[in-house]
Amino acid sequence: MNGFFEDYSAYIMCFLLLTVGLYGMLLKRNYVKKVIGMTIFQAAIILFFILTAYKEGGTVPVKDPTLPLDQADAYINPLPHALMLTAIVVGVATVGVALSLLIRVYGAYGSLDEDKIQQEASK
Amino acid sequence: MIGEHLPALPILLYLFLALLMPLAAKLGRGLPWAISWLGSLAVAALGAWGLWHTSTEGPIRYAMGSWAPPVGIELVADPLSCFFTFAIGAVSAFVLLHSRESVERDCGASNTMTYYASALLLLAGFSGIVGTGDLFNLYVFLEISALAGYAVLGCGSAKASLSSFRYLIIGTIGASFYLIGVGLLLAKTGSLNMADVTAILHLEGLSPATTLAVVFILVGLGIKMALMPLHYWLPDVYTNAPATSTALVAPLGTKVAAYALLRIGYEVLPYEALALDLRVFDVVLALGAVGIIWGSVMAIAQDNIKRMLAYSSVAQIGYIAVGFGLATPYGYIGAVLHVINHAVMKACLFLVTANLEHRGEGVSIKGLNASLRRKMPVTCACFAMAAISMIGLPPMAGFFSKWYLLLGSYEQGSWILVVVIVVSSLLNAVYFFRVLERLYLGKDEGEAEGASPSRLPTVMSFSTLVLALSLLALGFGNVFIVSKFISPMLPGF
Amino acid sequence: MTTDVVSQISTVPLLAILVSMTAIPAILLSSRKPNLRESWSFLAAGLKFALVLSLVPGALRGESVGITLLEIAPGISLRLVADPLGVLFALVASGLWIVTTAYALGYMRGHHEKKQTRFFASFALSLSATLGIAFSDNLITFLIFYELLTLATYPLVVHKESPEALRSGRMYLGYALTAGLLFLAAAVWVNVRVGDVSFAAGGFIPEGAFGEGELKLLFGLFMVGVGVKAGVMPLHSWLPAAMVAPTPVSSLLHAVAVVKSGAFGVLRVTGFVFGPEMMREHGLDVLLALFAGATILLASLIALRQDNLKKRLAYSTIGHLSYIVMGAALASPAALTGSLMHLSAHAVMKITLFFCAGAIIVHSHKTEISQLDGLGRRMPWTFGAFAIGALGLAGIPPVYGFLSKWWLSMGSLDSGYSLALGVFLVSGLLNAGYFFPIVIRGFFRPPAPDAHFPKGEASPWMVAPLCITATLAVVFGIFPDFPLPFFEIAKQVVESVMGELPQALNAKDIGLAP
Repeated sequence: MNGFFEDYSAYIMCFLLLTVGLYGMLLKRNYVKKVIGMTIFQAAIILFFILTAYKEGGTVPVKDPTLPLDQADAYINPLPHALMLTAIVVGVATVGVALSLLIRVYGAYGSLDEDKIQQEASK
Repeated sequence: MIGEHLPALPILLYLFLALLMPLAAKLGRGLPWAISWLGSLAVAALGAWGLWHTSTEGPIRYAMGSWAPPVGIELVADPLSCFFTFAIGAVSAFVLLHSRESVERDCGASNTMTYYASALLLLAGFSGIVGTGDLFNLYVFLEISALAGYAVLGCGSAKASLSSFRYLIIGTIGASFYLIGVGLLLAKTGSLNMADVTAILHLEGLSPATTLAVVFILVGLGIKMALMPLHYWLPDVYTNAPATSTALVAPLGTKVAAYALLRIGYEVLPYEALALDLRVFDVVLALGAVGIIWGSVMAIAQDNIKRMLAYSSVAQIGYIAVGFGLATPYGYIGAVLHVINHAVMKACLFLVTANLEHRGEGVSIKGLNASLRRKMPVTCACFAMAAISMIGLPPMAGFFSKWYLLLGSYEQGSWILVVVIVVSSLLNAVYFFRVLERLYLGKDEGEAEGASPSRLPTVMSFSTLVLALSLLALGFGNVFIVSKFISPMLPGF
Repeated sequence: MTTDVVSQISTVPLLAILVSMTAIPAILLSSRKPNLRESWSFLAAGLKFALVLSLVPGALRGESVGITLLEIAPGISLRLVADPLGVLFALVASGLWIVTTAYALGYMRGHHEKKQTRFFASFALSLSATLGIAFSDNLITFLIFYELLTLATYPLVVHKESPEALRSGRMYLGYALTAGLLFLAAAVWVNVRVGDVSFAAGGFIPEGAFGEGELKLLFGLFMVGVGVKAGVMPLHSWLPAAMVAPTPVSSLLHAVAVVKSGAFGVLRVTGFVFGPEMMREHGLDVLLALFAGATILLASLIALRQDNLKKRLAYSTIGHLSYIVMGAALASPAALTGSLMHLSAHAVMKITLFFCAGAIIVHSHKTEISQLDGLGRRMPWTFGAFAIGALGLAGIPPVYGFLSKWWLSMGSLDSGYSLALGVFLVSGLLNAGYFFPIVIRGFFRPPAPDAHFPKGEASPWMVAPLCITATLAVVFGIFPDFPLPFFEIAKQVVESVMGELPQALNAKDIGLAP
């Protein structure tokens, strides 16, 4: 196990962040806090992808005249970055839809607290 | 010409039509409605054409933007995916055809344009999930369909918005889990193309990272398809959403996730390691079996028809999971066939509830009475046909998926499954005959003739009827479907 | 069926099934004109009977003709074949449909029943399903029509729509659907192990395809599947409950079509799926015979205690169905002959009795046996017909029931289970014990002082059919091949299944047939 935490410290932090987000989404009683949890959750995933792209000593994946192109190890992997651009867009859209739904919910129930709304709804 | 671009066409058509909606709404009030169902019909035609084409000349692989895979995104049209495209187009065409009045009533006349735009985006997402050959692209389409789905399901009452929000939270978790799994696979294999990943994984076998990836992907897709312990979002959403939206999402949404599970589980991930080391199939099988019984029992306990149907969906998804988990040719055939059959059955049943709501009848089972049969004979007949199919009586479609699943269970020597399938059919009979009894034999408490306020629009009865009749067609045509489209696509077991 | 019998292509079996199905839209459309509606029923019944009759010459030659419609599951076709056994059953069902239509007309109008259109439509559908069962060539086709029959008869059982009727309907569905599913489970199992589901005379399951215990389980699944409709105890309780249905339903469906489909299913499964040899070798015959024997005796004992006329008839039906099952179980040529003859004999006699019960109910509104004192003198035709039916069921010559019981008794001696002979004899006595008091009450007891019997007989629409069936019961008892060659067809079936004729017929023609 020696060295495990050192080697994977970034991943461990990332998964901690993931659990924080998941906790917020599942257990917070306030809907806006759930949405906040969701953004944390998504950020953690984005970080995770970026981490997989990282290489010790790699440089940005922009063509560098001093480095030959066939030396792939010298560049970090650009693909996860590109993917995460899409994922960020998806995340933003999700938050948008979530908030717009919440506006309707707030308009109808006058609250964003799960317990209060459930009381209201069961009346 | 078209053949070459076939894999991309359904997706692009839907996306393009969705963009067209604001303009269409300016030109005419009924235009968004007309365009969307005609568009779906066109997609169904494309799917049918693709079926014919790919089953004679082999699958079409399409590189998006001419970027060759594995770098670029690849779309694949093979008989199975074309068949699903056809099913998506056909089912949604009739649901959309049916939807005009309900949408105006439930979501407001001013919102029809946005509703149909969202619906088309939803369908674009579905056909993308079916057509893609790229793992990340699948995630994107999963989210497109999900986001559009939240909008479609959340319109109407505040209750609908609330349950749609809850669904959004759960759905995001599901999709994100899938994404984490994909990320792990990417880190391990360096590729996102399904065929490429398959080849690499077969060489390398399972490592701890890929094992983790399998778990994340399965849980993610399990949430999306509402597999038994991950199904809690489903009943609320289906019950509170406007009937049309439910009729659009319920038959197709969980099914495309199931399709993704079948594709990835059998074709991308290494089968032997999954079966022997992780025992994934056994786990899914067990969950499916429990889900069948649980869903059926819960359905019996409901008074709201929509909620009853939602729980029955949970049970029916259990069938698909069982077919997946059997991991035999018959199990696979049963699962795929049930995906189609159940899509049509559920669409038909939810359209029936939409008809009930339209006529101002409640959706409470206790409130049903025999006067309905006089007021809306076609609707009641459709309900009866779909119910008989759900129970699994021959020669309706539902019988045959059960038939293949039973064959698969015997092949595996799994007696418990035989018992589960038999018992669940009986439970189905209990909750459907409970409704049928009220519709056909209850006291006719309605007022005398002539007092009926508004007749059901012809398109509404028509589309419900078409779906009900296609259950018969699916039943009689099952051999054709199985031998022509499903059997050639069987993964090697 | 068997490969050695020439199977010609013929659409007649299909047409015979379709005739009554096509009558349904016509019946529904003419719902406001009762006379037109009933003439559709008559027309369909007549056509159907004619079509079935046209199959008789082929059946007498031991041929099977049929048609393959479409592949319904991989390797399994929806296939209809008229073999001798199927023709025999179809002949009984379609022939009695004509009579019952006439009777139903009188009954439904006399009783002012509601929803007669639904009644006649469901009735026609049930007949289609029954013929489908008769002409099914494989387990799946059989199952399809079997389930269709369940669905078609459900509206008939709940016809009154009273809470009691609904309860019975649920019970009926529960039993019948469970049975269908178990049958399905068995059929799929056979398909997986044997790779074939087509009936073949003498059985198609090869020795060794199933282990010893598995074979018993499979047989059990099949027997529960068909035994529910055949009312074998302990699966019988839906049948007395279903007596809430209108009497024409009870008479045709719960004495002829539905329950006989069950009995027919037993014959199909024992003779054409397992085969007599396999039954004997693995002790399946004893298993089935035990249940059948117990049912015969218990049902008769329970019938003795019923005061409701229709309930008594229902229990008697349960007992007599097990005669057929017993014949199939004993699986000797003579027993099978008896079994096949009882299929038609019981149909003719029991339908007479139900017709009588219905006539009594409609005309005098009496449902209990203890109320019938003296009614026979008012309704001599009805009670006379009842007496003939009762004599037949008790097995007294010259009524048809004597012949079938004679063959069954010979069969029980042949097969070496002489205990079965005792069962038949005791049951004959019990039959006499529960039927004759009704006749005696009717004719010889003075009417109760508070009994208000209406004058005269019931409507001729009802009396004529019951006289016809009673006459038939006697005619068949004397000439078992006239006007319909039941005995000859039965011989063909026995020869194809057992490979030999009953000893008695081999030794010398005993001269019952002209």
